[in-house]
Amino acid sequence: MSSAPSLASPRQVKLACRDLWKLYGARPRDAMAAAMPLVEDKDRLRSELAGSGHVAAVAGASLEVHEAEIFVLMGLSGSGKSTLLRCLTRLIEPTSGKVLLDGEDLLAASRHRMVELRRHAMGMVFQNFGLLPHLTVLDNVAFPLRVQGIEASKRYARAREMIELVGLRGLEGHFPSQLSGGQQQRVGIARSLAVGPQIWFLDEPFSALDPLIRRQMQDEFIRLQKMLRKTIVFVTHDVQEAFRLADRIAIMRHGSIVQMGTPAEIALAPANAYIAEFLRDIPTLRVIKAADVMRPLAADTSPAHVVSGSAVLEEIVPLVLNGTPLVGVQDEAGAIVGQVTAAEIAELARQGRD
Amino acid sequence: MKSHIANLFSPAAIRALAVPGAILLCVVAGAKWNWIAQFPDDWTLPVAAGINVILNSIIPNILPLTSTVSHALGTMLGSLVATLQFLPWPAVVLAVMLIGFKAGGLRLLALCLCALSYIVLAGFWRQSMATLSLVILAVPISVLGGFLLGLGAFLLPWVRRPIELLFDFMQTFPAFAYLIPLLLLFGFGPIAGLVATAIYAIPPMARCMLSGLTQVPRELVEVGDMTGCTPLQRLLWVELPSAKPMMMIGINQTTMAALSMVITASIIGGFDDIGWAVLSGLRQADLGKSLLSGLVIVLISIITDRITAGIFAGRRAQNGWHMRWGTAPVLLAAAAILGMGALSRWAAPDLVQGLNETRGVIDLSVVNSAVLGFVGRYGHILDALKSGILYYLVLPLRLGLSGAVLPTTWGFAMTPPVTAFYAAVALLLAIRQWAKGNPGGAAGTLSLAILLFIGLVGFPWPAAILLVMWCALRVSGPKFAFFAGASLGFALLSGLWIPFVKSLYLVGVSVALCALVGGLLGMLAAHNSWLSAGLRPINDALQTMPQFVFLIPALMFFKVGEFAGLIAISLYAIVPAIRYTEAGLRAVPATILETARQLGCTPAQSNLLVQVPLARPALLLGLNQTVMAAITMLPIAATVGTAELGQQIYISLGKADAGLGITAGIVFCLTAINLDRMLRAAAERCATPDQDK
Ligand SMILES: Nc1ncnc2c1ncn2[C@@H]1O[C@H](COP(=O)(O)OP(=O)(O)OP(=O)(O)O)[C@@H](O)[C@H]1O
Ligand SMILES: [Mg+2]
Repeated sequence: MSSAPSLASPRQVKLACRDLWKLYGARPRDAMAAAMPLVEDKDRLRSELAGSGHVAAVAGASLEVHEAEIFVLMGLSGSGKSTLLRCLTRLIEPTSGKVLLDGEDLLAASRHRMVELRRHAMGMVFQNFGLLPHLTVLDNVAFPLRVQGIEASKRYARAREMIELVGLRGLEGHFPSQLSGGQQQRVGIARSLAVGPQIWFLDEPFSALDPLIRRQMQDEFIRLQKMLRKTIVFVTHDVQEAFRLADRIAIMRHGSIVQMGTPAEIALAPANAYIAEFLRDIPTLRVIKAADVMRPLAADTSPAHVVSGSAVLEEIVPLVLNGTPLVGVQDEAGAIVGQVTAAEIAELARQGRD
Repeated sequence: MKSHIANLFSPAAIRALAVPGAILLCVVAGAKWNWIAQFPDDWTLPVAAGINVILNSIIPNILPLTSTVSHALGTMLGSLVATLQFLPWPAVVLAVMLIGFKAGGLRLLALCLCALSYIVLAGFWRQSMATLSLVILAVPISVLGGFLLGLGAFLLPWVRRPIELLFDFMQTFPAFAYLIPLLLLFGFGPIAGLVATAIYAIPPMARCMLSGLTQVPRELVEVGDMTGCTPLQRLLWVELPSAKPMMMIGINQTTMAALSMVITASIIGGFDDIGWAVLSGLRQADLGKSLLSGLVIVLISIITDRITAGIFAGRRAQNGWHMRWGTAPVLLAAAAILGMGALSRWAAPDLVQGLNETRGVIDLSVVNSAVLGFVGRYGHILDALKSGILYYLVLPLRLGLSGAVLPTTWGFAMTPPVTAFYAAVALLLAIRQWAKGNPGGAAGTLSLAILLFIGLVGFPWPAAILLVMWCALRVSGPKFAFFAGASLGFALLSGLWIPFVKSLYLVGVSVALCALVGGLLGMLAAHNSWLSAGLRPINDALQTMPQFVFLIPALMFFKVGEFAGLIAISLYAIVPAIRYTEAGLRAVPATILETARQLGCTPAQSNLLVQVPLARPALLLGLNQTVMAAITMLPIAATVGTAELGQQIYISLGKADAGLGITAGIVFCLTAINLDRMLRAAAERCATPDQDK
């Protein structure tokens, strides 16, 4: 590792990419060079590329994923999420751009170094679970360790631990075909965590599951992350899932990132009509926290009620409905640092509705 | 409207009509200059002799190697046969039944019991064990070869295309043709047949292997990469295990291919096996014997198929307690039974010896007399059938209407007025198509009319080349047209034009018969589930039967000759015609049929106007499969006396003339590959009609 990861500064960048492109087609590099002058006008760029039989699956994406945060890539089907994710792991070779893991340029890394990194630093969960059908649950979970040449007793011990962690104890001897979808994905999660990766990639991990199971799995995921505090890149096309899980979200369209920020930032100020359209499905009051919208405390007021800055507005609504005109917001130390008024909450609620 | 009329006289339309024009010109010119009607002998090249020269310089160099191999294989074969024939049959029957039970439950157990008892009762135990030995030796070689080839093609994408082409060649190249060089290399006897079998059975394994490996889900490959597999680890732990089900199918298919080839290869003789029993029965016109032994092959094939398929299906087909036995213990138990059988042979040598030499108790000499009686009694019906097909299908194709229409058979002659009438009808049809904006169709109709009038044999060779290249150009493109033209050129220059044309019309006639009968059966089966259920096992059995067996019924009812060959070919090739017709018609969505009924179609209308057109791509694919089956059957049919390429190959086998055999084999292969590509391209065009223009 070039720089030791430290948990001291929460905003330390773990993984970043700069101006990343991935073109599909016969001669991607030439097409890229030819299209570069048009880079400002995305629509013309796309039609130009289509003319020469190319598709830009990822078109100039830049992002930074911070230590121990859940970073969600969201977008409609075909917007290039999976491709971007695979460029970050170099499962797909980008056409141009930079990928930095702890400051190390992955695209310049040797094959040997990549194998090293994938064995120890990265874990990935797949949409269709990606379980090896000929192996039992135990062997599937132990697979990454077997690849590293770890002896059987050690790797099975570790695999049992992981299986326990995802709540599948007792199913070690089953084959994937004997498990339900939710159980299969738990195996996938256990496997991806077996090597104790620093970065955890999840490509639509819950999309193949029924809504009810999906919710359970999301809760499970939140529980795991509270324990493990991994750096996570999570891909989904489900807006609700994105806003529910994310620390920060990047919304993709036609291969580019159209807006990036915390759920509240996006909910409060959608960058364009396209994103605003997405937000119609989002319960705004459940996404925005008190600290996101509070104003400085007016001079001569002493609020009757005080809430924590991390409380979502939905929690404040009952207070407001009881006739409290304004609620104080306190920081972690307990000092009152701001206020939220009933009128402001009503306004936000109306925005969310239309 | 104006543009429509302009279209009629567009350059493309005129150019299309140039084709029948040129053909007509060739026909007329052929009457004056003989070299147009018949390719002059002194223009041909000594291809066969050339190949012989090359072979003669190669063979002595690798002979030491091949004779060592031959010796080793011979020893192995000898001891395997001795072992299998040493084991008392009750032990073998028990062991097979046990394995059959594991693979397919009580039903397969009963099938094994019946089949094996039949083999014993019919008195073919020794021969069966000999055939089995050949298969047991050939299959591992083929599986290994196919595994390596498939793996190689997967790992090195740039060799994939050439290897696939090689597979095409290996599967269409008539076995008789490469038996000759193998005979020269491995000596006369079963070893050459064994090697031929092993070679022939490689492609199914290799194909399954390759497709299994390329079809590994992308996610699983990514799992391998993300866990940091080295390429070797990924291959061994992810890709190969994922491809295992396909490999199992490959082993099953390779075994079946080996079984059918082992019979064909027995034509070399020198080995007392089932294939030889069938053949000698055919040769001595002892139909009872060939029928009995033919049935043995069929039964062995069916059992082998079911057992391998059942065992390989494994866990996924978990339905019954017999499935819960492990494969290894079952095999061990079977081995134990065999071991005990061997011991018993020492314990009571005389008894077991006697057991194994049981003569057949089924006597089918009655069959001979019954068939003879039947033929004598209903000979006139058979004759009528034969002469009907001969006069109204075979001869018109061979000699053309001009030669085949005689007052004695057709009731009239091709007098000038009749000819003029024929020409007028053809012209009218063509004009109608042209007016509909289909000049290509019009040109096709005219060309076909000329072809039918002249006949295949008398059709001038430049016209044939032109017509074929034009068709190839229309269905596929210039590259294919060039390839097709070159193939015809090879047939001409090698001096095999006439046998080639005769092969074509034999295939044509049998395909026409298959399309008629098979198409009708398939259509009925598509509407009648009972018939469909009844046909399925028959089709299954027909498809697992070795090709030689099809000669038996043909010879039972018709004398040695072209017609028996024709019947054998048709019997062999009819299955795809039935299957594809039924599947194609059944695949038409029910909603569309309901719509048709709603619109007031009668069942017949809905059938002809809705179902058949919608099923056209499937029907064309069925036609393709039928043609391919007919072609592969040609060399086998040649053994009962047809006069075509197959016969050339058969003759060359008799004379050990490797050059002639290989040349004929190449022409044969090219014919098959071209027809295949042409029909496939046509089916594809049918499926996507938008690309038509
Ligand atoms: N191998 C490929 N060849 C050509 N085009 C591709 C290839 N893979 C992806 N694309 C194209 O790139 C674009 C982005 O694909 P990608 O799979 O990244 O989308 P996605 O956002 O993950 O969608 P989904 O939600 O359906 O998984 C799509 O338009 C797709 O057609
Ligand atoms: Mg995706």
